[in-house]
Parts: sequence; structure tokens; C-alpha cells
Amino acid sequence: MQVNEHKPLIVAFCCNWCSYAGADLAGNNRLNYPADVKIIRVPCSCRVNPMFILRAFQRGADGVIICGCHPGDCHYTSGNYYTRRRMAALFSMLDFLGIEKERTRVEWVSAAEGAKFAATMNDFVEKVTALGENKRLEDLRCKR
Amino acid sequence: MQKITQDKLLEKAVSLLSNGTVSAVLGWSKGEFSYDVTPKMFKTEDDLKENFIWNDFCGVNFSKYLVSKTDRFEGKILVFLKPCDTYSFNQLLTEHRFDREKVYAIGVPCEGMVDVSKLKAKTGEGISEIKEDGENLKVTKIYEDNQVAVPFKDVLLERCINCKSKKHVAYDELMGDEGEVIDSNRFDEVAKLEALTPDERFAFWQNELSRCIRCNACRDACPACTCEKCVFDNPASGVENKAPANSFEEKMFHIIRAYHVAGRCTDCGECSRVCPQNIPLHLLNRKFIKDINEFYGEYQAGAEVGSRAPLVDYTTEDLEPGEVFDRRDTDA
Ligand code: FES
Repeated sequence: MQVNEHKPLIVAFCCNWCSYAGADLAGNNRLNYPADVKIIRVPCSCRVNPMFILRAFQRGADGVIICGCHPGDCHYTSGNYYTRRRMAALFSMLDFLGIEKERTRVEWVSAAEGAKFAATMNDFVEKVTALGENKRLEDLRCKR
Repeated sequence: MQKITQDKLLEKAVSLLSNGTVSAVLGWSKGEFSYDVTPKMFKTEDDLKENFIWNDFCGVNFSKYLVSKTDRFEGKILVFLKPCDTYSFNQLLTEHRFDREKVYAIGVPCEGMVDVSKLKAKTGEGISEIKEDGENLKVTKIYEDNQVAVPFKDVLLERCINCKSKKHVAYDELMGDEGEVIDSNRFDEVAKLEALTPDERFAFWQNELSRCIRCNACRDACPACTCEKCVFDNPASGVENKAPANSFEEKMFHIIRAYHVAGRCTDCGECSRVCPQNIPLHLLNRKFIKDINEFYGEYQAGAEVGSRAPLVDYTTEDLEPGEVFDRRDTDA
């Protein structure tokens, strides 16, 4: 009998100037990372509104990761500093409500770090797969 | 058990209105019962004398009303502010939400306000009269002749149990004595929840938030929620003015509501006071305040005008979002 293994869906918000290019580099270098990661390009990591994250979970994401330039390297000078504060507060709140903390993450990936991008994604997908399906912030109406 | 009497406040309001210092008074007015107090703009002396009220049920924080009222009035508005209200007052000034010149603020001391639902839980429905009597409230009910005495301390609003300050941080005139900022244990309950396992926390919040009927009272009463256009009024959002359809919608509303005021919330506790379902909403706000204090240094929104809210500020050495958990987990 075939066991249906759960394939997680991961949403990765990547900033246009660093992490998105980093993902590109990972591809160019033929580094493997799971196809479960769906990348959404945003102009800057601070473009990510907390609502985006909740919406991603609602629409079936099992994990959400935000990637941006390294602190100090943001194309808009300070965007990722704001991201850092906002996400620290938001993730802590999600954890407070009992949503598994491994489902959310912020990583800084520069345009030259294709290998880091692949490694980060591999690690994140592994952690989320271990957790299984996102049940605590799901909306059954949106399930495929 | 308020130290300052209704007559004193009334006298002050009448004199300022009659000598033209102010053209209207924003105050508490009599409702149908002695415990349902309604905010009102008084424009005449007669109205004031007839309906103005000051008792243990005047929990309403008037700061937010100034946003919509100051534009609409010629001349100054007299407003009564309890110590915790003055923090919201300052916060709104920081955000340039109303014109300070158009307000005459009077600080009134507060001994804590009563939670009507807590009182009703003790006495039952059918309260016809409530009288103050030393440390007790004497409650008369329509069905029974005998009066029930309820200790004032037992029926305080949640926010007043852990009152953070008796000090007025803004006023034009202060009635009564200057109070002190209190070293309260307001984060104890948050810490207690933090100490639970994620499963227990989830169960706790599932239980609380599933009672939400999305009446939006918490948003409407919140002095920090003053956007003219709110995300939750957006018809395209799919969550506009309707009861939550499932557990996601319940949580989404409350996470976003608390998040939008994070760093600006003065912890005035209006959200929990107005919640008809008695959801402890202030715990969500306090969680943000506690986190912000721990991550970025002590910050009290509204303590002074013009201070920069922590979430619109940064330093290059801030904590990484992941470190937040590492820190907590190693502490535990
Ligand atoms: S542009 Fe990459 S984080 Fe701002």
C-alpha cells in the first residue's frame, strides 16, 4: 500500500535585490532545493505586511520564510532593520498563540549566497515537513 | 469608590461652560441604569446638571472622541481624563490626531472602575440601584427587597486590578492630588501563558477567541485605532464586518488588531472592557508590550508626547527574529 506522504507548501518572500538574486544563483549553480518552496518576489523584505504571512497560511502554506539583504545592505538602506523588528514581534505573537515557531523564519541571503539559499531552504523544508500540516492557522475552505 | 465627588466635577464643568472657556463638555452621562454610563457631548448647563454623572462605572476613555469632535467644534472642548486616559491622550497628540489647542483637559483621580459583568456575576441580573458604602457597593435588585453588599475590590475591571499609573501625564488642570506611576504586576498573566506548552497556549486561545462575534467593539473603542480607513472595513478583504467563519478568521482578526497597535498601545484596557464576550484582549496587547520592553528596552507609549514608537524605529544591533526564541528557550 502506498502511504501518502505530506508534501509541505512553503512560501518564501524574497527581496528583489539580494535574496531573489541569491535564489537565481542557486539555480544557475544547479544546487538542489525542494520544489515545495514557492518564491514570491517583493521589492524589499520590509514590503512584507503581517497580513501577507497570515494570508499565506490561510491559503495552505505550511511554513513562511522571509529572505532579505543582510542588515546594513538593504537596497533602501534601512528596510530590513524594520523587517527585523516587525517580524520579531509578529513571530513571538504567533508563538504566544500556540502556532509552532518553526513555521516562520527570517533569513538574510545576499545575491552572492546561492549556496546559503539552497541550504536554508533545505533546512527549513525539513523542519516544516517534520511538523506536518499546518492545522492551527488553516482555512479549510482554501484547501486544495 | 471615587475620591472626588460628582458635584465637584459638575461644578467645574458648569463654571467653565458658563464663562465661555469651553464651548462643550465631553463627559459621562446617565444611561438607563446607574451602571450603564454613556459618553456625551454636553452643550448646555441644563443638560449637564441633569445628566452628567461620575461614579464607579465611568470607565470610558475619552481620548479617542477628541479625534472626531475637535474638528467639528468652534472653541474648546472640556474633557475629563483619568490617569490611564492621559497616556492615550499623549499618544494621539504624538500622532497628530487632534489639535491640542482645542482641548481643555482636566485630570481626575481614579480609584479603579467597576466591571459590570463581574458585578452581575456576583449579584445576578435585575440590578435596579447601586450605592457606594465604604469599601462595598450596595446593590438593590428589582426582585428582592434585601440589598447585597459586594466588595469594590472584587469587581474591578481587569485593567484596574493591575493599574499601571495613578499619575496624569497630561492635563491643563488637575483636580485632586498628583498620583504616582505604580510598579504593577501587569505582565504576570502573560508570563504565565508563556510558560505553558504551545499546545496548551493554542487551546487557551482557541477557547477564548472562538467566542468572538466580530462586533468590532475592541477596534472601535481603542484609542490607538484611529485610521480613517481600516483594513477590516475593506470589502475586498473577505473579512469585512462578519462573524469569523473559522478558527483562522478568529485568530487573524485578533493578531492583526493587536499588531496594528503594537508599540503604540498604552495598555489602557478599553478593548477588554468593551468586549461583550469577555475575551481577555489586553493580554495580546500586553504580550507585544512585554516583548518590546524586553527586546528594545522599556517603553511606555504615551508617557511623553513625541516619543518614537519602537516598531517604527531600529538600531543596527537589534535581535534577530530567530534569537527571540533561542533566548526564551535557554532562559526556561
Ligand atoms: S532590498 Fe533587500 S531587504 Fe531591503
